[in-house]
Amino acid sequence: MSTALQHLVNQPYKHGFVTDIESDVAPKGLNEDTIRLISAKKNEPEWLLEFRLKAYRQWLKMAEPKWPNVKYPKIDFQAISYYSAPKPKKKLASMDEVDPELLRTFEKLGVPMNERAALAGVAVDVIFDSVSVATTYKQKLAEVGIIFCSISEAVHEHAEFVKQYLGTVVPVGDNYYAALNSAVFTDGSFCFIPKGVKCPMDLSTYFRINTEASGQFERTLIVAEEGSSVSYLEGCTAPKFDTNQLHAAVVELIALDNADIKYSTVQNWYAGDENGVGGIYNFVTKRGLCKGVNSRISWTQVETGSAITWKYPSCILRGDNSVGEFYSVALTNNYQQADTGTKMVHLGKNTRSTIVSKGISAGHSNNSYRGLVRIAPTAEGARNYSQCDSMLIGDQCGANTFPYIRVNNHSAKVEHEASTSKIGEDQLFYFAQRGIGAEEAVSMIINGFCKDVFQQLPMEFAVEATKLLGLKLEGSVG
Amino acid sequence: MMHQDSKTLLAVRGLRATVNGIEILKGIDLTVKTGEVHAIMGPNGSGKSTFAKTLAGHPAYEVTGGEVMFEGKNLFELAPEARARAGVFLGFQYPVEIPGVANSQFLRLAYNTVQAQRGKEELDPLEFDDFVREKMKLLEMNPDFLDRSVNEGFSGGEKKRNEILQMALLEPRLAILDETDSGLDIDALRVVAGGVNQLITRDNAIVLVTHYQRLLNYIVPDYVHVMDGGRIVKTGGKELAVELETRGYDWVSVEHKSAARATTA
Repeated sequence: MSTALQHLVNQPYKHGFVTDIESDVAPKGLNEDTIRLISAKKNEPEWLLEFRLKAYRQWLKMAEPKWPNVKYPKIDFQAISYYSAPKPKKKLASMDEVDPELLRTFEKLGVPMNERAALAGVAVDVIFDSVSVATTYKQKLAEVGIIFCSISEAVHEHAEFVKQYLGTVVPVGDNYYAALNSAVFTDGSFCFIPKGVKCPMDLSTYFRINTEASGQFERTLIVAEEGSSVSYLEGCTAPKFDTNQLHAAVVELIALDNADIKYSTVQNWYAGDENGVGGIYNFVTKRGLCKGVNSRISWTQVETGSAITWKYPSCILRGDNSVGEFYSVALTNNYQQADTGTKMVHLGKNTRSTIVSKGISAGHSNNSYRGLVRIAPTAEGARNYSQCDSMLIGDQCGANTFPYIRVNNHSAKVEHEASTSKIGEDQLFYFAQRGIGAEEAVSMIINGFCKDVFQQLPMEFAVEATKLLGLKLEGSVG
Repeated sequence: MMHQDSKTLLAVRGLRATVNGIEILKGIDLTVKTGEVHAIMGPNGSGKSTFAKTLAGHPAYEVTGGEVMFEGKNLFELAPEARARAGVFLGFQYPVEIPGVANSQFLRLAYNTVQAQRGKEELDPLEFDDFVREKMKLLEMNPDFLDRSVNEGFSGGEKKRNEILQMALLEPRLAILDETDSGLDIDALRVVAGGVNQLITRDNAIVLVTHYQRLLNYIVPDYVHVMDGGRIVKTGGKELAVELETRGYDWVSVEHKSAARATTA
């Protein structure tokens, strides 16, 4: 059976091309001068340089976390270039001004821009080697008071918001990689939804790493004011290189009273080849703060790429009655390693959280779920439901579940369910005996397995996600 | 049930097969014609289920000798799914559970795949729903079966009904039913056997693999074969099953061994 399965899960990486664009690359290495260079290149205000330097100084005192269930050689942080920007770098007002080579790259990536963006109703902020090159739909969004731009631009144009919120959910010294990001981040997205505004379209950012031996350190900040709501989509790809590239992003979400933020990711960074050579180290800190009462933050992620994934999109449920959700599909194959999950920290009264995690392991990969549910003494009446399911394809891979549950309030209700299953020879034979080939059988089994998570994705993303898993969706509607 | 214009559906000649390198089938000969019902009986470990799964193409069983022609074509040149599409159906002794996949979805995909192969019309979910509900009445099945995951949490009897439902949907030329009676109480046995009886036509054939005679009270075979040690050692009419029920299997193998000694001497 394994040949059919191997074939299915070993679809060649389609985004492994390098775009030939001249880049403005900083010399390799990291010290205070590098940080000053980045800050100067970006013409940043003094407070931001201070923010970076503070983070850098903390980072120097910190050590790489050793607790994740992943193995990799020590990273030489001096061998990485911390700034890479496509040249020439000038302000772009419309898509016509973008380097055509870059546009072809996006076309190959299938980024819905231009007319396709219009049809799909998606506003795309494109991050290319950490510098935002184009933001579509800015004007349309501006009409309802929404700010959607690169974080560099926001630093200049909307400094008061950035200054107010940056680093409030993920402090500069939060963890090793968050500190590194805070020191050297070059770009990212900023999104501000004012009071009472329902964002009229899904907002989308596509990240792509292009230059070899460059790190990508983007920083995303989303603020939803009282009674507002937004759905944000993030897609990621990277070209093939034999060397490992580091991706250490930070995403901060802030939801005020009655606000609703939905953040969806389809991550398809280059995973390395079938022998585990190359691929992205994806060390990401994502955290949302449900600051206001009745606020809601929902994370949905489909993680298929990266050599190593280390990522725990979390929710701090501070506002009373606030809701945190985490829906995840993580697929690992070959020698990929994933240690991913979430943290739900219940502080407010009657806060609720839901965790649904689906891990699929194939090849020689190792897939771990790691999650924390913490109920603080103040979280009267808090509730959590967690479900962690693992599926194994073949017998060379591994799946682990590490749930941490800390309850300090007697009125809390916490439920945890876990299961492990395997796509076996007998299942495939059963399908075959009914005329159904292995490809469709695996597709059906995996889609069934991931159903609860895919249902949470916006339509276009759900389609992309199923395709990404090398699968076809059975039937149409119904 | 046998009739004049019956055609040879399945011709098995000297079939040998191994599992994990151990030979289980040691030369099987069997001819099945349209309109016929065959029962294959025998003690545990005689190779009955191996024979059924080998015909269907289970990957754990390796064919090491002999040939099997199905409607004049070499069956072993076809992949398992192609055999199914060509009309070979295996009713499983232990149907696997497939969590997360709705039974309705699975049944429709199987049905449409086989329909497409036959150049017949495929059904959309609504049309299929009407169609499958009719078929379910035949087996006195509760419609909520459709919304449940394939075989998941089904009782033994429910699983077997689901197998025969699939047979009813796919209308195979040759249905091999492996221990369909095991795990059924007497009422379920009556319903399942009744369902099978309604599916027998002049153009198809059924091979019942069973340990006990009781199923054969409901589905009456034209031939009864006894397997022992990987071979068919005795063939008779329906009365042979009754004899086996009273006398057990031992006398058949004793008789076969002495006959074999007589031929070699």
